Amino acid sequence: MRRRTLLSAAPLAAVTAAGLAACGSGSGGGGSNDSPDSLTYWASNQGTSLENDKEVLTPVLEKFTEETGIEVSLEVIGWSDLQTRIQTAITSGQGPDVLNIGNTWGVSLQATGGLLELGDAEFEALGGRDRYVPAALATGGAVDTDPTSIPLYGLAYGMYYNVQMFEDAGIEPPTTWEEMVEAAKALTDPDKDVYGMSLAAGSYTENNHFAFINATQNGASLNSPDGKPTFTEDGVVDGILRYLDLMQEHKVVNPSNAQFDNGTKSVTAFANKQAAMIINQNNANATIESQGMTPEEFKAVPFPAPADAVDDCASHLAGINLAAMADTDNRDGALAFMKFMTSPETQAELGKPFASLPVLVDGEPTFTDDTEQAEMFMEIYAERSAPLPLVPWEDQFETTVGQAMNSMFAKIATGGTVTREDVVTAMQTAQDSIRA
Amino acid sequence: MTLSTRPGTAAPASRPDPPAPRRRPRRTWFPYLILLPAVVLEVLIHIIPMVTGFWMSFVELTKFFIRRWTEAPFAGLENYRIAVDLNTPVGQELLSSFLVTLGFTILVVGLSWGLGMAAAVALQRPFRGRGVFRTLFLIPYALPLYAAVITWNFLLQRDTGVINHILVEQLGLFEDAPFWLIGDNAFISVVVVAVWRMWPFAFLMFMAGLQSIPGELYEASAMDGATPLRQWRAVTLPMLAPVNQTMLLVMFLWVFNDFNTPYILFGTAQPPAGDLISFHIYNASFLSWDFGVGSAMSVLLLLFLLVVSLLYLYFTQWRKESSHA
Amino acid sequence: MRETLGEKIFRTVVLVGLGLFVLLPLYVMITTSLKPLGDVQAGFSWLPSRVTFGPFIEMWSTVPLARYFMNSLVVTSVATLCSVVVAIFAAYAVSRWRFRGRTPFMTTVLSTQMFPGVLFLLPLYLIFVNIDTTFGIPLVGTRIGLIITYLTFSLPFSIWMLAGYFDGIPRELDQAGKVDGAGNLTILLRIILPAARPGIVAVAIYAFMTAWGEVLFASVLTTEDTRTLAVGLRQYATQTNVYWNQVLAASIAVSIPVVVGFLMMQKNFVAGLTAGAVK
Repeated sequence: MRRRTLLSAAPLAAVTAAGLAACGSGSGGGGSNDSPDSLTYWASNQGTSLENDKEVLTPVLEKFTEETGIEVSLEVIGWSDLQTRIQTAITSGQGPDVLNIGNTWGVSLQATGGLLELGDAEFEALGGRDRYVPAALATGGAVDTDPTSIPLYGLAYGMYYNVQMFEDAGIEPPTTWEEMVEAAKALTDPDKDVYGMSLAAGSYTENNHFAFINATQNGASLNSPDGKPTFTEDGVVDGILRYLDLMQEHKVVNPSNAQFDNGTKSVTAFANKQAAMIINQNNANATIESQGMTPEEFKAVPFPAPADAVDDCASHLAGINLAAMADTDNRDGALAFMKFMTSPETQAELGKPFASLPVLVDGEPTFTDDTEQAEMFMEIYAERSAPLPLVPWEDQFETTVGQAMNSMFAKIATGGTVTREDVVTAMQTAQDSIRA
Repeated sequence: MTLSTRPGTAAPASRPDPPAPRRRPRRTWFPYLILLPAVVLEVLIHIIPMVTGFWMSFVELTKFFIRRWTEAPFAGLENYRIAVDLNTPVGQELLSSFLVTLGFTILVVGLSWGLGMAAAVALQRPFRGRGVFRTLFLIPYALPLYAAVITWNFLLQRDTGVINHILVEQLGLFEDAPFWLIGDNAFISVVVVAVWRMWPFAFLMFMAGLQSIPGELYEASAMDGATPLRQWRAVTLPMLAPVNQTMLLVMFLWVFNDFNTPYILFGTAQPPAGDLISFHIYNASFLSWDFGVGSAMSVLLLLFLLVVSLLYLYFTQWRKESSHA
Repeated sequence: MRETLGEKIFRTVVLVGLGLFVLLPLYVMITTSLKPLGDVQAGFSWLPSRVTFGPFIEMWSTVPLARYFMNSLVVTSVATLCSVVVAIFAAYAVSRWRFRGRTPFMTTVLSTQMFPGVLFLLPLYLIFVNIDTTFGIPLVGTRIGLIITYLTFSLPFSIWMLAGYFDGIPRELDQAGKVDGAGNLTILLRIILPAARPGIVAVAIYAFMTAWGEVLFASVLTTEDTRTLAVGLRQYATQTNVYWNQVLAASIAVSIPVVVGFLMMQKNFVAGLTAGAVK
């Protein structure tokens, strides 16, 4: 009897199907100005905690309200939720008016059509295209299209090192990959649980960045000019293997790092003096200090390329972009807010607490008082960074290549060997998974 | 969803229909009226989304169409073809995830059943401290899921976790500290964590079942000189058959659909060995923005569970009916 | 009946083994929550180098735990209450009337339980959004949306179990009530409900636990203001550090109400759970 009745549920399901076609999200091209007095803003987590972000942003937003009379309701969203929340917002057309996105998602999110296109008229409201660092602005959309986001916070990788440990060993900060490996070897002492480097080897978001940076140093590209993935190119494979070999061949990375699923764990190892070097974005300063190091105890140099590298790329062009939703009810307000957030004053004010680089051509870095360090990071950001592939499948690149590297690090850490062929196979699999 | 499978009991098959009233009642609107809230909610939260999900599996719902999802182009069976095409990584990974989940389910259900039974039998007779153990054993089930799994995540850390502290530093079983959250060991970890959460449920059900076994049955078989093990096989097990029948199915569905354990245990760094299918589908949909293929995978999963459930009910019912004859 | 030596050994092995299995995580949870963060990061030790209640104090400021707690409490309590009420009515209908559509209703309700939750997520979200835009009832990012979702999650099981329980209550009692002139509702309130108390308690516990532990839907259907504990606890892994001691302290704090409640009512729970299956 049970068998029959279980199946009799089907007709009921079929009936409800009819009602479905009716639902659908409203389409409204370029937003409206139906509610000009308020804005909803989704900020990403930049400070030490969500609460800290709120404390930092609240006075800034109040100033905006004072100037324009527009109330801004703020929600700070942690990184673990941000991607899902953006997706659901874009899907439904129901979300904030203005939001933060990781700048590497710029083109992928542009492809959804959910973000407000920024054409000439919009940029006029924003104060012109030429205000922004060109390479940073390029992350806002695919080549030869109107971008859908503008740079907000700039970030760049640097290689932080422990000044004391380097002095004790009589080593100079490395300027090439080879010197870095030598230094790391000299500083590694597994018996004392000290390693030359710490990597976030279990974080797919970090790993894909280094796949990109190392490949770029080899002169290789992850996408062909017509926008197809080229992960199996020699330069890409060699670059990835070079990075993996820090743990595999040179053994200057604690195998435990294969479990580090975010950069914070590397910072902890660095602050606890279990690692002499870490590669981190410039907002790591505050984090390192919050874990007990004084500003004098560590310094940063550019992440070095091999001596015979084709390109001296030291970072991908990292950072946060700012976008308005296509379905915003306060189009003009959103643009005014975006202009406000990227004004020289706001950039300078937020640059310090969030340790971000200015995204404006003539911006002055405020994230550190150390002018030498500030200049160095500005140079990396402006001259030695390249954006991740500016293609709609960029998000899939991050997950597939990043996860593949997670697995390869896991294999190395658990005693296995990753050969060049293994990397080729993994990259072929990653490439086959991309459905553009 | 978390505890979506109904934990046990009220086996639809084992519960007789309500006794027919003596006089056929007049048609009345009253039952429909009081049923209405439940029907509305079920339709809104379960039926319509279910049908929407089914529809989604036939359209090309990628990031290019997700915003205008009603206009997404019809894809026919393309999503299904992608999901099961074993010549591509998508198909291979789905198959591997399915196999991992199958192994996971069998182990978790089997171990939970065994531990639950052992504990229930061990606590069958009254003794001092029985209540303490009973209470203690129920705590893992009562603990909110995320609290339990987060704690396990901490236990299983390579450098700071207690598991390696015991195995490596105190027992000296390994030269190099093993990893528990990456590599192949991740499978063991997710099984252990799931068993830790699940076995008290089996224990709870068995304990209740044992209470209803009359003591005379044991006394009679003891008179016949039966050993405790024989008693267990001849008396306990058959008497627990109705509990078993529902519980195994429920646990199977529950464990097979488990999303939260791998999600909280592994976070964004899920290892292939711990790639349970619900989690896999979530990633396939949300990380790749491909809700069409994700839905197709879900429908396939649903069909599989439906077939297994029907077969299970068919055979257990059939056995029951033939034993009655 | 005397206990044999074999039985005694079996019992001891099982109880000690399982006892350790259950206790180990609980022990680590408690001791770690009393350690300074430096201790936790330095490697595992069975005892804290010094006992500190710091984590239990700091955990309230690292993340807005109190707000998450309130959200969880409101959402879970209301969902539980509504779920029980709706289930009581539905179960009463199913148990006492043989109306057209009864069996399809029960099987449909039951088969929804087979569905993988992941597939629900996006459709449900879209439906909520459409209800919002069409009728102006805000269901996304509000407590109401989450309440409706959760109460429905526990509904199928609750209806099944209560129907089983109501079936066990003799119809003669209803008839007696009818003779005294009581209406259907009066019979439900005066006769059925008092007799079905263990079943109702069991259903309530189940509904409460389901909602209190849900992670997936909470992560999509809540905003910062309405976030529940299940999602909120993840925030202890911040951009700057993973506050393990605070995570575990907060885990303890959020577990205590559920665990204590469950243990207090476990007898009812067992009785209710097994009403159908064991008989």
